[in-house]
Amino acid sequence: MSTETLLKTPLHALHLELGARMVPFAGYDMPVQYPLGVMKEHLHSREQAGLFDVSHMGQIRLSGANAAKALETLVPVDIIDLPVGMQRYAMFTNEQGGILDDLMVANLGNDELFLVVNAACKEQDLAHLRKHIGEQCQIQPLFEERALLALQGPAAVKVLERLAPEVATMTFMQFQAAQLLGADCYVSRSGYTGEDGFEISVPADKAEALARRLLAEPEVAAIGLGARDSLRLEAGLCLYGHDMNTQTTPIEASLLWAISKVRRADGERAGGFPGAEAIFAQQQNGVTRKRVGLLPQERTPVREGAEIVDEAGTVIGSICSGGFGPTLNAPVAMGYLDTGHSALDTAVWAIVRGKRVAMKVSKMPFVAQRYYRG
Amino acid sequence: MSELRFTEDHEWLRSEADGSFTVGITAFAQNALGDVVYVQLPELQTYAQGAEASTVESVKAASGVYMPLTGEVVAVNEQLEGNPELVNEDPLGEGWFFRFIPADAGAVAQLLDQDAYDRLIKANADA
Repeated sequence: MSTETLLKTPLHALHLELGARMVPFAGYDMPVQYPLGVMKEHLHSREQAGLFDVSHMGQIRLSGANAAKALETLVPVDIIDLPVGMQRYAMFTNEQGGILDDLMVANLGNDELFLVVNAACKEQDLAHLRKHIGEQCQIQPLFEERALLALQGPAAVKVLERLAPEVATMTFMQFQAAQLLGADCYVSRSGYTGEDGFEISVPADKAEALARRLLAEPEVAAIGLGARDSLRLEAGLCLYGHDMNTQTTPIEASLLWAISKVRRADGERAGGFPGAEAIFAQQQNGVTRKRVGLLPQERTPVREGAEIVDEAGTVIGSICSGGFGPTLNAPVAMGYLDTGHSALDTAVWAIVRGKRVAMKVSKMPFVAQRYYRG
Repeated sequence: MSELRFTEDHEWLRSEADGSFTVGITAFAQNALGDVVYVQLPELQTYAQGAEASTVESVKAASGVYMPLTGEVVAVNEQLEGNPELVNEDPLGEGWFFRFIPADAGAVAQLLDQDAYDRLIKANADA
């Protein structure tokens, strides 16, 4: 794909000015790294604060008295009782129980929900919403209107409270409107790095000024997609299209925790989302494969697509995400394994360039999450 | 420093007094790769020209380091096992990969000289 056909976020010119190396990602020309480099960007995000442009992701507003009830027909998550000012992780499922996308849902109050979906899926998600619940609520894509910034790391709160003191008392997964430099923003205390931090939805025409102001703070560095990937991998967080897709269910993806209790087979509002029967059957009867954490026992990074074998050489799975974890200072990976081999501490082997690399099934996150829970 | 030779795969070679050649990757190559996190060094054996003798893993991807000429690897830079970042920090010095003795020392003359390599980089930058 030539760069002419790629979309640009409102911060594109700023990325170029900062010396970013740009790559195509989900149809956008995005910064994979800045001159600091992936390793230092990653470490900076865990030690200070990193600013990420995630404006390629899709922001969608649902409104109307039936919006929560309608959205519940598409996700295995409690939306009806999601408190005002709170955000929750969810996924769109298909009739087979496969995952169409994962997303964040926030309750804005006034019968409004605010969704953030993956960049590569956003047009398809919008079509999915319109097809299934378009007559039950208003669906407003904000793809062009709003940019999305993530400010992540232990210093994120002291940086952002300089612009809006009220954010300091927010706790993990809280969501609120806030004025930042006079712009009408939505701020959530969440992110995808495992660190404390915020995601900030900002009007597109105000995004660059906000980004520049945040970058001017001494704790903040611009961070590219390369470090975003290693940060989320160390935090054990799934990347759609790699660690889950339409062929994997939430049970196989080890995301049962994200299925709200009230929506489970024995819950008050059991089922009522696509693929519920298949998912409940898997929960009841077990699955043949599941997503697990895997730590290579040598220095070799083991990357997506590598086959996993048992001691006898039988293929028992494959890697879905893998690379180097700068904080762990070691390679890290996730993979799908036959459940007979998925117990913690099971020894398995990845095939890398024709050679075996010993790996151990390991708990996730690989690096402790440090969310602010008050 | 003696004159360097280069390959189109962005490796450099330096002639040593004992008749061997030291091989590493260029500053351009390490910059394109990004932070190096692991180097799989070659075995002490003969490799054919163009064979993947070594692999360098950056935070982004794995890349092959190819044998510039047919020859026998006689030494590897074991420092890279514990300090792969030397490839980024000092690609033409401490970040060397291996030394080899070419089967035909005269073949070195076929490789790119500094001017030719600089033109290659410029062509890449302009592409």
